[in-house]
Amino acid sequence: MRILIIEDDRETADYLRKGLAENGHVVDHAPTGPQGLAMALESIYDALIVDRMLPGLDGLSVIQALRKEQVKIPVLILSALGQVNDRVRGLKAGGDDYLVKPFAFSELLARMEALGRRATPEEKVVTTLGLADLEMDLLARTVTRADRPIDLQPREFRLLEYLMRHAGQVVTRTMLLESVWDYHFDPQTNVIDVHISRLRAKIDKGFDEPLLHTVRGAGYTLREPA
Amino acid sequence: MNLPNLARTSAFRLTLLYMTLFGASVLVLLGFISWSTIALIERQTDETIEAEIRGLAEQYRGRGLLRLVDVIHERSADHADQDNVYLLTDPKLGPIAGNLTHWPARTDAGGWVQLSLTKRENGESIAHHIRARTFALPGGYRLLVGRDTNEKDKFRAIVNEAVNWSLALTFGFGLIGGVFISRRMLSRVDRISTTARGIIAGDLARRIEISGSDDEFDRLAENLNAMLDQIERLMTGMRLATDSIAHDLRGPLTRLKGRVEMALRCPPEKGQDREALADVLAQTDAALVVFDTLLKIATAEARTDPADLEPVDIASLASDAAEFYEPVAEEKGIALDVDTDGPARIRGQPQLLAQAIANLLDNAVKHTPAGGRITVTIGNRGDGVDLAVADTGPGIPEADRERVLERFVRLEESRSSPGAGLGLSLVAAVAKLHDATVRLDDNDPGLRISLRFPADPDTEGGNGAAPGTKDRLR
Repeated sequence: MRILIIEDDRETADYLRKGLAENGHVVDHAPTGPQGLAMALESIYDALIVDRMLPGLDGLSVIQALRKEQVKIPVLILSALGQVNDRVRGLKAGGDDYLVKPFAFSELLARMEALGRRATPEEKVVTTLGLADLEMDLLARTVTRADRPIDLQPREFRLLEYLMRHAGQVVTRTMLLESVWDYHFDPQTNVIDVHISRLRAKIDKGFDEPLLHTVRGAGYTLREPA
Repeated sequence: MNLPNLARTSAFRLTLLYMTLFGASVLVLLGFISWSTIALIERQTDETIEAEIRGLAEQYRGRGLLRLVDVIHERSADHADQDNVYLLTDPKLGPIAGNLTHWPARTDAGGWVQLSLTKRENGESIAHHIRARTFALPGGYRLLVGRDTNEKDKFRAIVNEAVNWSLALTFGFGLIGGVFISRRMLSRVDRISTTARGIIAGDLARRIEISGSDDEFDRLAENLNAMLDQIERLMTGMRLATDSIAHDLRGPLTRLKGRVEMALRCPPEKGQDREALADVLAQTDAALVVFDTLLKIATAEARTDPADLEPVDIASLASDAAEFYEPVAEEKGIALDVDTDGPARIRGQPQLLAQAIANLLDNAVKHTPAGGRITVTIGNRGDGVDLAVADTGPGIPEADRERVLERFVRLEESRSSPGAGLGLSLVAAVAKLHDATVRLDDNDPGLRISLRFPADPDTEGGNGAAPGTKDRLR
């Protein structure tokens, strides 16, 4: 992906640039709002990382200006402002995702890759999802693996659906909390891990090749057997 | 308090304005009375003159000139009635009879004329104004009948005097009243200012004195005192928060520093470095969680704008949270039940409420031994909504129950369990934000924490209408 970082703090920008480049992305950096807006308007980027507090023009205004110009690049907002209202304001301004500073790089990377995926036009309505021999019917709300039916609770179904929609990508615990449970806080206990191990017991137990993997220090991924 | 200072008070200015308005209205009122009275007197004078002329003309017509001359002599000689003026002239305007020396130079269209005479009274010459009317008699004779208008002038003088006196009195009383009221108001405002200055100087416990008269100053003082109480509460909370941050972050930060120093001292061995770094990361995350929670508590305690609260079905929030924790409970061998009687709507912030419920469940799961039971109960109780989380863990001794709601309080028995000790303080802060009361009771055995929320005023009577349904509002 070609990513533009609009961030005034040079250290953060360097850290992001280095990390993203290591993961195979091409990264440009703009230190001010107006400069970032001008570069983003060139429409050569696949995704944007925008800090909220920027010199010249604040991050939300940059995004609003882009959306006004019908530029639909996915935008991840980075901010030290982490209240529920701040998040709502950021998403209302046209941001696609909101990450509060300080953040783990693995969290940012996972979210950027999820955003990049969203950018590729996949507008048509999907009614079935499949990965290897795992099949998911979103209308009948049934799941089978190797034609054997798997019985899932509604929330487990949503969890699996999210993982399948992001198959091959790393999905963090926070992403799952936000998308599957709509919780914007971290529970003190690792509840997500327990949910995942339950799901794993249902979809992987008794099959030769596991599909659901734990990515240490980052999260989980659902991927085809090698 | 000096006078220039007094003149700058709004009370004094208001009194002055009021006084001016009052004076003007007195002026207008008296002016109108005098004008209409004078008009009445003038009309009466005119009517009298007309009647007399008619009478004299009749005398002339009926009994001839000589009789008229007699009558005029008689009337103008009457010393008792010096106010009447008569003059009868021949066609060449030569006087025949009357007490006026010569015919006036000009008269207006209706025959009316205004004369000025100088009379000697008690040795002083006084100017008299006379209103008169001329009348042409058959045969070219002319008749003039007039009345002294001094009566009217006297009346006007009386009215003028009255106006002057009332204005003087109005201004006099107004000024005295203004000074009096201003002094009174100033003394009370000054007392408030003095108190405020005292508070600014650092005496935060000072409050404005209430006179007990229950007037607007007392109301102002009450409101200011309530505001000061709230500010003091917030400041105390803030001081507590900073103290707690200093206290409880020093721990993880010291450990962090120690870990880094130790790693730096050790000979570089790849595996150990990584282990140290992972440890450092975990410690940093722990510190960040404390920060984040403290921030949330501070925000909740600062009370948000009521407009930020939205209708929330707390029953569905609790069911979701219980469902979220159910696998963890099951793994520990704890039964987790939810008991609701349908939607329970309140006004609130869903994310904070969800976190508060999650914290309660987290706490319960942590402290309940295997084979225990956690029960979440949500019930509509007419004027409010009850939410209770009960466990069968060790419970909290009665003496400690209040304390656990404070920040960073972890009872000795639970020191071994993970957690920064902020979970229940966040619950308390969120409860306060929602005007809910928190109670800790003995579940016999175990702990029962219950929150009572006021019902959402907009859905009065709507709660619990459909028992057993679990609809989500959001």
